[in-house]
Amino acid sequence: MSRAEDRQARASTRNGWLLSVPALLLLLFAASGPLVIVIVYSFLTPGQYGNVVWGFSPDGWIGVLFTRDIFDDTLGLADAHLTIFWRSVKLSLETTVLTFLAGFPTAWFIATRPPKARALWLFLITIPFWTNLLIRTFAINEVLRSEGLMNTVLMKLGLISAPIQVMYTDTAVLIGMAYVYLPLMVLPLFAAIDRFDMKLLEAGYDLYASRWQVLRHVILPIVKPGIVAGSILVFVPSLGAYVTPRVLGGGKNMMIGNFIELQFTQGRNWPLGAALSLLLLIVVMVALLVYVRAANKGSNPHG
Amino acid sequence: MSQTNAIEARHTIKAFGQGDSAHRALDDVSITIRKGEFFTLLGPSGCGKTTLLRLIAGFEMPTAGDILIDGAEVTDLPPNKRPVNTVFQSYALFPHLTVAENVGFALKMLGRPKAEVAEVTARMLALVKLEHLAGRKTAQLSGGQQQRVALARALAPHPKVLLLDEPLSALDLKLRKEMQVELKRLQMETGITFVFVTHDQEEALTMSDRIGVMSAGKLQQVGSPREIYTRPVNRFVASFIGETNFLPAKPVAGGVKLGCGAVVEAEGEGHTLTVRPEQLRLVAANEPGAIAATVENLVYFGTDTHLNLRLSDGEALVARVQSPPTGDAGFAMGQAVGVTFLPGAARLIRD
Amino acid sequence: MAKRFDIARLPGFAPIALLSFVALYLPIFTLVGYSFNAGNSVAVWSGFSLHWYSAAWANETVKAATLRSLSIATLASAIATVIATMAAIGTTRRRAFKGQTLIYVAINQPLMVPEIVTAVALMIFFGMLKQVTGYQGLGYLILAHAAFCIPFAYLPIRARLEGMDLSLETAAADLYASPWQTFRHVTLPLLGPGIAAGAMLAFVISLDDVVITEFVKSGGQDTLPTYMLGQMRRAITPEVNAISTLLLGLTVALLTAFFLLTRKRG
Repeated sequence: MSRAEDRQARASTRNGWLLSVPALLLLLFAASGPLVIVIVYSFLTPGQYGNVVWGFSPDGWIGVLFTRDIFDDTLGLADAHLTIFWRSVKLSLETTVLTFLAGFPTAWFIATRPPKARALWLFLITIPFWTNLLIRTFAINEVLRSEGLMNTVLMKLGLISAPIQVMYTDTAVLIGMAYVYLPLMVLPLFAAIDRFDMKLLEAGYDLYASRWQVLRHVILPIVKPGIVAGSILVFVPSLGAYVTPRVLGGGKNMMIGNFIELQFTQGRNWPLGAALSLLLLIVVMVALLVYVRAANKGSNPHG
Repeated sequence: MSQTNAIEARHTIKAFGQGDSAHRALDDVSITIRKGEFFTLLGPSGCGKTTLLRLIAGFEMPTAGDILIDGAEVTDLPPNKRPVNTVFQSYALFPHLTVAENVGFALKMLGRPKAEVAEVTARMLALVKLEHLAGRKTAQLSGGQQQRVALARALAPHPKVLLLDEPLSALDLKLRKEMQVELKRLQMETGITFVFVTHDQEEALTMSDRIGVMSAGKLQQVGSPREIYTRPVNRFVASFIGETNFLPAKPVAGGVKLGCGAVVEAEGEGHTLTVRPEQLRLVAANEPGAIAATVENLVYFGTDTHLNLRLSDGEALVARVQSPPTGDAGFAMGQAVGVTFLPGAARLIRD
Repeated sequence: MAKRFDIARLPGFAPIALLSFVALYLPIFTLVGYSFNAGNSVAVWSGFSLHWYSAAWANETVKAATLRSLSIATLASAIATVIATMAAIGTTRRRAFKGQTLIYVAINQPLMVPEIVTAVALMIFFGMLKQVTGYQGLGYLILAHAAFCIPFAYLPIRARLEGMDLSLETAAADLYASPWQTFRHVTLPLLGPGIAAGAMLAFVISLDDVVITEFVKSGGQDTLPTYMLGQMRRAITPEVNAISTLLLGLTVALLTAFFLLTRKRG
């Protein structure tokens, strides 16, 4: 490299860093950096009235899976914790499947509209996407609660005589999460289907495939990156959900997000809360890693 | 008259990438472009012609070598400190500015008084005949009009050299012909040195004072259009500009000997004989001194008819004859003919 | 006319899609509808009224929370937009450099880490700072919001930059513009819609945040969403519906503006 070339390259790199520094500093201060403190806290001793006492203790991490018997100090599996983990994973998976079953036809429908109508339909998906999650949770709450829309209509129709109690059950949380996260599934699916070359359908039918076979052997394999993206985009926030289970699940049907909060409030076990946060973070990172792998494999070079 | 050249590039190397994967887009190119000439850099895509232009403009820094504009070393200067302006292939007109604001951009950047900017802008718009569109946004213009704005914009600061990067490639054939004439006129009127990059040999031949033919990062030959066409120095130049025939040849006493045994006269050095299809004469098969050939195929092109010939040693040869006003060219497939070369038409070249 | 074979149609898809749209909007319309209910009960419809809007307006707590939400969102989105613009210019359209991926990952980090985890981390860290410095003000919330708004501002600006013709800036340099003049006269005007779009998304995201605010806020620093969440613990009042409807209206207005901005000259 010549002097001038070298100078140009170095100036470019230096400017790139300099321009990014303010963003990096703010993120370090108010997003990434504090995560390190969480790691430290997960290894400290819980304070009597919350917070921590500065002394090493593995109890935060042990407490994730085990409880110490109050009388003989032996460790036993913490069934309550396992129930919450299991509920979180199960509800998140169910939410993902449910949003896919509704979202795929929706995305397909939008992508196959004429251009002008398509923009409008897409806009209709985007509004809920950007609308306050809390407001949407309130909205679904208006439908589900005992005196809500669903029960009122069903009673008026004479289909039921007493309100169905859906609120504060796992079903309510599932319906709520599927409702609030549906746009997260539709948008990446739409992006993938939008890129899909409809000529391939003609080729498929021309080569004697039935509609089902075209869907199974042509469409789904090609839009797979979009399916993976949508699933991750729904699964990850579902797993960390806090607002929706809190509003629709009540105090009993906790998911891991609410369980973490509990440790910092009534639970007064900050190290356990920190350990649980990190556990959630690790699971999410693994899910994202799977996604990145799948996305890289899916990105074919003819784009 | 000063004796300085408009552009001088000395042993210029430009490598992209590093280490083993490095690719030399320019491989030790030295070139001199005279003041006031219309100079064309001609070559296929990837030959390095655009890279050379971008080095002159200052958009890229050379890996090695020097670049001089008007006798002054500019190798280390950024583009905004160089007295040259560029007409981009994509025009690169500013979409947020009007036609007039685009044309006046450079003078505004140089801090010239408003009155001067307005005066020069008006003069430039008149030069390219776009006065009536001064207030339009550039997106509303046709391709040809955008091209004229790009020209006016680059000429407005009266650069020492105007660099044109395949400016006509986006235009349709008819418009391209018009712009070729237009460019030539602008160059004459302004007296500015034009460095024009193209892959179109016809464009190069019709417009240029001199042509530099490039291939694989190297400058193959520099010369007037006539020199380049009639006296190509190597196989690449001969085949890239116009159509030609190549025959293996061996210098012998009294001429060169072809594979089929015939001995012909040829200038130059090397082991390949080149002769243009239109400089072949077809004669009777038994004519003395003629090379024996068989007509394999005839292709009608309108003004001409091409004859694909086969010599006795299996070499192929194409001859071009003018199509007669009526009837066919008078040859049939399989017919035996004799071939002679016009005097001075056959040249030996290096590979 | 006989029904032709429609290549792109898949049986059952259109009904499911339409049902999904109904499912998405029915609850929202219900919420909006109930906000105009005259009655005290959320269950029974007793006629149209703006009663709950005036009740919300008269509520000093709501007024303070609204003002707080708007000032946090304004400041946080302004900070996020300025530094996201710088970062976007720093990380696009230049020779790839070491650490570029790292910067990219760092900027998008708030999109990847679950909100509850960030909330807990900030609660602990800012709690320490509050103790050490004695400062309890809104600054923590503003900085926290600005941080998680960065990727939302960054992405549309970056997209706009990547869609920009690089030769325009080259042309400016060729026409004697210094690097600063090039930025001022070419890059910035062309980037304008992207920056506005990024700022709007950042504003919406800040305005909507519940989880991080809930954990970071000091006493008496409720924003509109955390106030509403607090109200949920008790019975929901139509007042909350009225506030929700107003927030919803603001979001829709901003989004419409965003779409008009990004579509133009796209």
